[in-house]
Amino acid sequence: MLSRVAESVFWMNRYVERAENYSRFIDVNHQLSLDLNDEFPNQWMPLVFTTGDAAEFQKKYETHSPANVIRFMTFDEENPNSIFNCLSRARENARTIRENISTSMWEVLNEFYLLVKEHKKNYHEKQNLSGDGISVGLSEFLAFVRKSCQSFYGCLDATISHDEVWSFALLGRFLERADKTTRILDMKYFILLPSIQDVGSTLDLLQWLSLLKSASAHEMYNHRYKKVHPKDIAEFLILNETFPRSIVFCLQEIEESLEKVSGTKEGLPRNLAQEAATTYLNRLRSENIDSIFNKGLHEYLDDIQIELNQIGSKIVERFFIN
Amino acid sequence: MFIADYESKNVYDEMFSKEGNARQSYHFLKSKMESLGGLELVKRSSSAEKALMSLGITFTLYGEGEQQERIMPFDVIPRIVPSEEWVRMESGLKQRIQALNLFLKDLYGEGKILKDKVIPRDIVESSAGYLKQCIGLKPPKDIWIHITGTDLVRDGEGTFHVLEDNLRCPSGVSYVLENREVMKRTFPELFDKLNIRQVYDYPYHLRSMLENLADVEDPVIAVWTPGVFNSAYYEHSFLAQKMGVFLVEGSDLVVEKDHVFMKTTKGLRKIDVIYRRIDDTFMDPNSFRPDSLLGVKGIFEAYKKGNIALANAPGTGVADDKVIYSFVPKIIKYYLGEEAIIPNVPTYLCSQEDDFKYVIENIHNLVVKAANGAGGYGMIIGPKSTKQEQEDFKKLIIGDPRNYIAQPVLNLSTVPTLIADKIEARHVDLRPFILYGKEIYVMPGGLTRVALRKGSLVVNSSQGGGSKDTWVLG
Repeated sequence: MLSRVAESVFWMNRYVERAENYSRFIDVNHQLSLDLNDEFPNQWMPLVFTTGDAAEFQKKYETHSPANVIRFMTFDEENPNSIFNCLSRARENARTIRENISTSMWEVLNEFYLLVKEHKKNYHEKQNLSGDGISVGLSEFLAFVRKSCQSFYGCLDATISHDEVWSFALLGRFLERADKTTRILDMKYFILLPSIQDVGSTLDLLQWLSLLKSASAHEMYNHRYKKVHPKDIAEFLILNETFPRSIVFCLQEIEESLEKVSGTKEGLPRNLAQEAATTYLNRLRSENIDSIFNKGLHEYLDDIQIELNQIGSKIVERFFIN
Repeated sequence: MFIADYESKNVYDEMFSKEGNARQSYHFLKSKMESLGGLELVKRSSSAEKALMSLGITFTLYGEGEQQERIMPFDVIPRIVPSEEWVRMESGLKQRIQALNLFLKDLYGEGKILKDKVIPRDIVESSAGYLKQCIGLKPPKDIWIHITGTDLVRDGEGTFHVLEDNLRCPSGVSYVLENREVMKRTFPELFDKLNIRQVYDYPYHLRSMLENLADVEDPVIAVWTPGVFNSAYYEHSFLAQKMGVFLVEGSDLVVEKDHVFMKTTKGLRKIDVIYRRIDDTFMDPNSFRPDSLLGVKGIFEAYKKGNIALANAPGTGVADDKVIYSFVPKIIKYYLGEEAIIPNVPTYLCSQEDDFKYVIENIHNLVVKAANGAGGYGMIIGPKSTKQEQEDFKKLIIGDPRNYIAQPVLNLSTVPTLIADKIEARHVDLRPFILYGKEIYVMPGGLTRVALRKGSLVVNSSQGGGSKDTWVLG
């Protein structure tokens, strides 16, 4: 497979995964804000901190209004990671590798992009009338984004050979997903409670619950644990071996995909990307949630992000540049 | 609306005779259109457009502000070519390609046709498509022109003429195949009733033609595109996908020890055959334009050593020079001893004294074109131009007479076309695609291009032209 094609497949999938995550982040926060009353004002900035694009946001917007945050994360053309931009880039990558993917995959992505573009136009028109960020139809739009991403995954799964193209697709998807799961967990770090006494309060739990929902993990968490408890949530999202959004799960997929694209049999020399993934996965498996909390969750999550970035750059060096 | 009010005056109409009767091959289509009615036709047309949009069969307009994506305008009323007409056309096209191939072989080889003074040597040597670097080349299997898209037009009497030969990187075949898919969805009932010759196997023919060029079992084949910003990028990727071969850009390729490799995730991999959609002089900065950023250093040397096959062979451009074009009937006679089955359009060469004089005096009645122009650029249509435009163009001709030819304004035939909610006459041409492999294959039909502006004779998509599906019956 051409290196250029592998790189485009990888990024096409990262961008689709990112769009899906963003749509869930916004929606969960939106739902949470509807449950809160005047006593507990809702907060939108944590979303922007979570995505790591706060500097970009503050350059452009003066206030942290829901309208601005939502606009920034959905349709803003100047935010490289807005849903709209993720979709345009995913589609542009798909366009350069169309001969490697199935027509139905291309059609899903292309129609998806065209509809988001249409929504963007309508949104701007409505905005001009009302100036309100949380317009009717926001939840529907975000649900549409998630469903389209999922039909893209379904199409990928069912219509292309599970060969190299497929493995690079998974690499892109799971690297992005692992990164976003760390960011979801880290969101709690940025959401402020009115006072220290509120730790463990209804509000606190409501916020933790919304994190679970942001990772689409609510139902699966309930199967495993009886109560909503911060440590359990962190344990589930970092260390669970079977939940498809946990860090450990994502790393397992990354390790397996790397093995497939490297074509190295057991006992043969492995490349640096493989080494990095395996080493880190083993380290994670040897941890438990108490030791993680002792180090400090926020610091620990930072550390994971750094490790993921390093695996990412080793993939780039090994497969995309020659 | 409707078809009863249709008018096409003083011109050969593909569907209706001068007396206003539908021609035999169009009887069924006409009655079907009448029974469907105007509203239904408009409805089907708009769902056809939606399908093209979903499939992403678009080109991008880069203008001010936001870039716009458009589909190539597509008209749902097909153009029909009766089978007896097609049989003649097919043999005419095969004859032409055979002769042109022999011409190229001779030209870059012994040069007999020049020694015999059938074509003046200076005309060949001054052609922009004539590449000295290709002298002495021996392409695999002695084939130079593998893929051709020949432009045909009808005159006022309905006789087909060759307007030009496109022997470098003719495009449009992907539209033929996609238009057909959309038409099958749009008018299933017509496909049920009419015996329309299929075109879907073109990519298989193309692939086996390319395989034929390599002497190895299971050759590695690639389509070479200039990249995603090329206006024909969609087609390049479409063909690679349908053939199941690699699509590469110059930066994916590298030449080592006179062999061509592509950069893969597992290291370098050798390629055997390249269908290149990049112009001759951009292919290799070592041998041609040193400023080419799209090219691959050393690929021409690899080609000369026989380590890579290229389609079309470098150097073929000389045979689609519009001046050389005027000699094609003589070329056919010289190599095959036959008369041309499909005539040329009468052509004046500005480099000839008498012709030059005639062109300058009659420019208002002529179409004048640059010898190497394409896409409807570098031309003037006399009767549709202003005095000033004519004067300006005369200066161009006087400055470089070798580079200009002139032809009478052909009254291109018309086909009924859906314009908003009316059916109106629009001028068309036809570009069939021809493959030269083990034998010569002519795709039944081809791309019918439509000049969508009323009265316009310019069908190029870069000038606002559209397309129609072309049906060869029987």
